[in-house]
Amino acid sequence: MAANKHTIVALVANRPGVLNRMASLFRRRGFNIDSIAVGHSETPNLSRMTIVADGTTTQVEQIRKQVEKIIDVIRVQDITSQNIVSRELALIKVKATADNRSEIMQIVDIFRAKIVDVSADSVMVEATGDEEKIDSLYNLLKPFGIKEMTRTGRIAMPRGEQLLRKFEN
Amino acid sequence: MKQTGSQILCESLLKEGVDTIFGYPGGQVLPLYHTLTDFPALRHILVRHEQGAVHAADAYARVTGKAGVCLATSGPGATNLVTGLANAHIDSVPVVAITGQVPLNMIGRDAFQEADITGITLPVTKHNFLVMDVNELARTIKEAFYIATSGRPGPVLVDLPRDIQQATGEFHYPTRLNLPGYKPNKIGNPLQIKKAASLIAEASKPVIIAGHGVRISRAYQELKSLAEITDIPVVTTLLGVSSFPETHRLSFGMIGMHGLAWGNMAITSADLVIAIGMRFDDRATGKISSFAPNAKIIHIDIDPAEVGKNIKVDIPIVGDVKTVLGELNKEIQPGNHQQWIDTIQTWKKDYPSGYDIRDTESVLPQYVIRQIWEKTANQATVVTGVGQHQMFAALHYFYDKPNSFITSGGLGTMGFELPAALGAQTGLPGETVWCIAGDGSFQMTVQELGTITQENAPVKIAILNNGYLGMVRQWQELFYDRNYSATPLWCPDFIKIAEAYCIPAINVTRKSEVGSAIEKAMAVDGPFIINFVVEPEENVYPMVPPGAGINQILHEPRKEDR
Repeated sequence: MAANKHTIVALVANRPGVLNRMASLFRRRGFNIDSIAVGHSETPNLSRMTIVADGTTTQVEQIRKQVEKIIDVIRVQDITSQNIVSRELALIKVKATADNRSEIMQIVDIFRAKIVDVSADSVMVEATGDEEKIDSLYNLLKPFGIKEMTRTGRIAMPRGEQLLRKFEN
Repeated sequence: MKQTGSQILCESLLKEGVDTIFGYPGGQVLPLYHTLTDFPALRHILVRHEQGAVHAADAYARVTGKAGVCLATSGPGATNLVTGLANAHIDSVPVVAITGQVPLNMIGRDAFQEADITGITLPVTKHNFLVMDVNELARTIKEAFYIATSGRPGPVLVDLPRDIQQATGEFHYPTRLNLPGYKPNKIGNPLQIKKAASLIAEASKPVIIAGHGVRISRAYQELKSLAEITDIPVVTTLLGVSSFPETHRLSFGMIGMHGLAWGNMAITSADLVIAIGMRFDDRATGKISSFAPNAKIIHIDIDPAEVGKNIKVDIPIVGDVKTVLGELNKEIQPGNHQQWIDTIQTWKKDYPSGYDIRDTESVLPQYVIRQIWEKTANQATVVTGVGQHQMFAALHYFYDKPNSFITSGGLGTMGFELPAALGAQTGLPGETVWCIAGDGSFQMTVQELGTITQENAPVKIAILNNGYLGMVRQWQELFYDRNYSATPLWCPDFIKIAEAYCIPAINVTRKSEVGSAIEKAMAVDGPFIINFVVEPEENVYPMVPPGAGINQILHEPRKEDR
C-alpha cells in the first residue's frame, strides 16, 4: 500500500505535557509528523489537535490505536477518507516597492487573501485555505522575494453531522 | 482535619490496600519518609539500589496480582527506576512508582538532584503524573492505581515535589473516577466470540498459544476448560509458561526462538491458531512471513492496539482473557483431535529436543534445573534473570503450579532475578521461591543480597556459573565464528560474597553433589546460595536463528559430532 498523507484529529484533555505525549508517541513508533496544530475546542478543558502524518492505512490505523491508549486522549479519528474541510493560515512577508505593490495586491485579491501590514519595503500577507492554495499563492509571490513566512499547519473538521464527540460517562 | 501531603499519600496507599513499599530514601522524599514511620501498616523494604526496588515491586505484583509499589527520591533515585519501569511496561505489570521531586519553584532550574522524570519515563510508563497541588494528590493516587491495574496493566509514575509532601489539605479519598479518555473494555464482542467458536469447530489442526494475558487475568481454569472440551493442544510463549499445567496431556511446552521443536512445528502446520493474551513478539513468532502460514488466527487480547500490530488476524476479540474465555467456553462444542495430537507426538519422537540431557559427570545447567524441579515437586516459584539460565529454567522445570515462573520477557533485563526473587518472596511469604541466576546477570544486582539478609527473605539462590556471558557466547559460537569478544567473565568468589552478606552458601562442581546441595538449601530456614560451577560451553537447544522461521530449528549436535 502506498504511503500517503493522513489527517488525524484528536480531542485531548487540556493538561501540561499532552502535546509532548502525542509527539513522543509518533516519534517512538517511527512516524514523521508533517504538521500538528492544537487549540481550544468547543468544550472547556478539552483541546483539539489536527495531525498530518505519512503512512499506509495499516500503519496509520496502528498509530491511531496507540494514540487512543494515551490516557489524556479522549477520542481520536483518522478523517482522511471523510468529506472534510481543512484549512491552514499563513503569514507571508513579501518584498515590495512602490512600483510593484499594486501587482502584489492584485494577486492577493485573487486569492482572497489580505494585506495586514505595510512598510516601506515589504507587505505582510495573511492567507487562509487548504495547503494547495497557500502553496500557489506562495509560488506567485516568490518572484517578488519572500522575506519571511510562517504557516500554522492543517486544521480539519468533517462536514455536516459527523462529530468527534467525547465519550459519555 | 488538615493533613500533610505525605499523610494524604500514606492514607491513600492504605485505601488502595498497599501493605509493602520497596524504596530508597533521599533528600526530596524526606518528608514522606518522616511520615512513613507513623504508618506501620505500610511495610517499607529498603533495597540497595532503586532498580532493585522497581524489579521487586514488579515481581511482587506478578505473584500477588496487586499493584507493586516502589518509592525513590528525585534525580538519580528516579532515573535508576527507568530500566525497571521499561521492564514492567513491556511485560504489562502493574507498578506504581512514587518519586520525590524538587519543590515546585525550583522545577526547571536544574536544581540539585532534579531530573524531568515525567518526561524521561513518558515512553516507558502507561501514564505518569506530576502533582502540582496537594488537593489533587488523593485523586491522582486513585487514578494511578486504577490505570496501573485495569485494562492492560502497566507502570504508572507519580512525581511528588517536596513542598507538596509538606503542604496541607483535607483528605478526601474520591469514590468515583473521572477519566473520560480511559475506558478499558473487558467484555469481548459476542458476535466475534460466536465466529471464533465456529472456526474452532471446523479446524482439524488447531493450536492454542497461551501468553502472559492468561496469567495476568488469572484465567487458568478457563484456558484448561477450553483446551479440554475442544481437545486442542496448548503451547505457551515464554511469559505464558505456567499458564497451563505442563504435565497435562495437551501441554506441548514453550514455542519460539528457544521453544521446543514440536511446538514450533505444530504452529507451522496448524490450520487454526488461537492466540490468547499474547502479542506476537518476534522471539515467539520468528520470521513473520513463515509464522503459521496455513492458519486462520483468532486473537484474544485486552489491548485493541495489539490487534494486527505484528500479525494479520482473522478474528480479533478485544477483551479480558478470563471474561472472553468464559463466554467462548459457552459457545464451543466438544472436539476430538487425536490424530493431530498423535502427529505432534510423532515429532516429539523424531526431533531431538532440548529435553535430552547428555550423561556426564560435570554439572550441566539443565540437570540442575531438573533436580530443583524434582526436589521442589513442582511447587516452587521460579524467578530468573536473562540469558541461558533463563531458558534452561523455562525448559527444564515443568510448571504445574499456576503463575509460578517469573521472568523478564519483553525487555530481557539482566539483573532482574535477585530483586525480583525478593519481591516474589515478599508477596508469597511461607512459599518456596527459587532464584535461578546466571553469573553475569547475578552480578548486575548482586547488592540486593543485602536486602535479602536484612529482610531474612528465605530465597534459595542457584547461580549457574559458567564463567561466560553465556547466551552472548552462544551466539558468538554459532553466528560469529567463535569470536568470544568480551564474553569470558571473571567472577568473584561467590561463597565469600555470600559470607560477607551473612548468607550460607556452597560450591557444587560435580553432578553427584547437585541433589544433596538443593536439599541442603531447602532445609535451611532462610536464604541460601548454591554456586553451581557448570559446563562452561553448554548451549541452549533447540534454537531458531534470529530472523529465521520458527520451523528452521538448530538442534543440539549429536554426541559423535561434539
